[in-house]
Amino acid sequence: MDSIVIEALVRALAVGTPLLLACLGAILNERAGVVNLGVEGMMAVGALAAFAVASKSPDASLWAAVGAAMLAGAALSGLHAVATVTLRANQFVSGLALALIGTGAAGLLGKKFEGLPLFNKVQDWTLGNFTISPFTVAALILAALLAFWLTATRSGLTLRSVGENPAAADVLGVNVGLTRVLAVLGGGALAGLAGAFLSLSYRSSWADNMTNGLGWIAVALVIFVGWRPLRAIAGALFFGFLYYLQFRLQGNSNVPTEVFSAMPFILVLVVLALAGVRGQAGDAPAALGRAYVRGER
Amino acid sequence: MTAPSAARTALVTVASVVVALLICALVFVLAGQSPAEVYGTMLRGTLGDPTGLAEVGRRTIPLLLIGAGLALAFRAQFFNIGAEGQLLLGAVFAAGTALFLPIPGALLVPAVFAAGFVGGGLWALVAAALRRVNVNEILSTLMLNYIAVALVTYLIAGPWKGKDVRGYIYTDTFPQGAWLPTFSGTQVHWPTLLLGVALALGLQWLLTRSTFGYALRVVGENPGAAHYAGLSSTRVATLVALLTGGLAGLAGAGEVAGIHHRLLEASQISLGYGFTAVIVAWLARGNPALCLITAPLMGVILAGGDLLKIDLNLPFRVVDIFSGVILLCLIASEVFIRHRVKWGRA
Repeated sequence: MDSIVIEALVRALAVGTPLLLACLGAILNERAGVVNLGVEGMMAVGALAAFAVASKSPDASLWAAVGAAMLAGAALSGLHAVATVTLRANQFVSGLALALIGTGAAGLLGKKFEGLPLFNKVQDWTLGNFTISPFTVAALILAALLAFWLTATRSGLTLRSVGENPAAADVLGVNVGLTRVLAVLGGGALAGLAGAFLSLSYRSSWADNMTNGLGWIAVALVIFVGWRPLRAIAGALFFGFLYYLQFRLQGNSNVPTEVFSAMPFILVLVVLALAGVRGQAGDAPAALGRAYVRGER
Repeated sequence: MTAPSAARTALVTVASVVVALLICALVFVLAGQSPAEVYGTMLRGTLGDPTGLAEVGRRTIPLLLIGAGLALAFRAQFFNIGAEGQLLLGAVFAAGTALFLPIPGALLVPAVFAAGFVGGGLWALVAAALRRVNVNEILSTLMLNYIAVALVTYLIAGPWKGKDVRGYIYTDTFPQGAWLPTFSGTQVHWPTLLLGVALALGLQWLLTRSTFGYALRVVGENPGAAHYAGLSSTRVATLVALLTGGLAGLAGAGEVAGIHHRLLEASQISLGYGFTAVIVAWLARGNPALCLITAPLMGVILAGGDLLKIDLNLPFRVVDIFSGVILLCLIASEVFIRHRVKWGRA
C-alpha cells in the first residue's frame, strides 16, 4: 500500500478511537432512552484517573489505570442517572452540568499532574510498518459486540424496548429505572475508557482541556450514525480522517490555521444538517430524552 | 396540576444552592484545600471590600444581559447553550464598527451596541435555522461556540492584527469615542449595566403581558396545543433566538467597548459568561426580571474564582465545578417543587 494511505489510515484510526469509544457509550445509554451530553466531562475525568494511576510508579498496573478511568466515568455518569432517572430532571441540562463538573473537576484535581512524565505508556502494536493502539482494537471489537448484543440478545432487546416504549416494557415486567441506570453507567464507563486512551496512549500526558471538544463531536456522531454501533466505526473513521487532513494541510497551504481548528465543528453542523434533511433524526429511540413516570403517557 | 407556590419554589431553590455549595466543599477537600479557606477567600474578596464589589459589578453586567435573554429562551424550550459564541460575535461586530466605520462621535456608541446585537443575533439565527432541519440547538449552539473562538483568533492574528502588537495578539485600540464611561475608579461600564436592567424588566413585561410572550409560553409549555391554536413554533424559536443572541451580543459589545477597548483573545473577552448565564436564568426560574438578583449572585462566584486563582493558586476551572454542581442540584430539585416527598412505598 502507498505509504501516505497507510499514514492517513493510522492517524484516522488513532483520532477515531476516542470518538468511537465515546460514541458507543452514548449509543448504549441513548438506546435505553437517556441522552447524556456529559461525554466531554466523563472523558476528562477518565483521562485524569488513568493518568493518575499509571504515573504513580514505573510498574503501575495499566489494567488498574484503565479500570480507574472507566470507574471515574461511570461514577460521574452516576450523578446523571440519579438526577434524570430517579429525580426525572431534564436530561439535556443535566448532561450539560455533567460536562462542566467533569472538565472542572479534572482541571482542579489534575493540576498537580500537569507536565509530569508517564512511566507506563500503553505500547502500540506493530504489524509490519503499521502500528495500532490496543485501544483501537478494543474499540473495534466493542463496536461489534455492542451491535450483536443490541440486535441478537434478549437483554439487548430489553434495553432497546426501554428506549422505544418504556410503558410497554414496564407492563412486561422490565425494570425500566434499573435498565436505564445501568445503561447510563455503562455509557459513562465507555466515555472514561475513551479518556484513558487519550492520556495513556494518544498523548501519554495530562493537560487541562486535553479532550478539546472530542466529547461533543462524539455526541453529534451518535445522530450521524443513526444510533448504530457498526456505522459508528465508519463515522469515527470519517472524522478521524478529517483530523488527519487538518494536520496534513496545516502550514502546507495558504488557508489560515484557524480554519482547520474550526473545521471539525463546522463539519459536525453540516453532517447533522444533512442527517436532519434526510430524516435520519427520526431514527432516534422513540422515548429518547424523556423521563419515564409510571402511569403517565 | 396546580402551579407550585412561590414560597415553596424559593425554599427549594435556596436549599438546592446550599446543597450544591456543600458538594463543592467536598470537591475542595478532595483537592487538598480547606473549604473554609476557599469560601472565606471568595466572600472576603468580593463582598468584603469596595474593589471586590466593583469586580462583582463588572461581571454582573454580561450575566444580567445574557441571563435575561436565556430566561426567555428556556421558557420557549429553546435551549440556547451558545451564548458564549454569540457574545464573541457581538464583540467582533462591535470591534469592527469601532475600528473601521466612519461614524460621527455621538452616534458611535449606539452604533457599537447595535452592531453587537446584530452580531450575536445572527449567530443564534444559524442555530434557529438548523433547528428547522431537526438539528438539536444544544449541539449546534455548542459547535458554534468553538467556531466563534476560531473566528476571533483568526481576526486578531490576521487581518485585524494591531500595528503596535508584539508577542500577544489583539487589534488596535478603539478610538476614545467608542469607549464606554465607567463609574470612576472601577471597570463598571454603567451604560451597559443600565441597558441590562432595562432589558431584564422589558423582557419580563414582554413575557407576561404581550401577545408574543403568551405565544412563547404556550409553545414552551404545550407545543401540541400551540400547533392546534395556529401558533408557529418555528417563528417563536426564530424570534427568541434573535433576541437572546442579540442580548449576548450586547454583552460582548459592552465587554470590548467598556473594559478592553480592543478585540482580544476569546478567553480574555469572556470568562465563561455564556455558561454561567445558563445558571442565572435557571435560578431565576425563567423570569428575566429575577435575573436582577441571580446575576449578581453568580457574579460573586465568577469574581471569587478569579481570587481563588490569585490567592490560592487554584485553576479558574473551579468556576466550572460551581456552575455544574449548582445547575445539577437546581434541576434535580425540581421534583420537590412539583411533588411532596412521601417516604415508603408508592
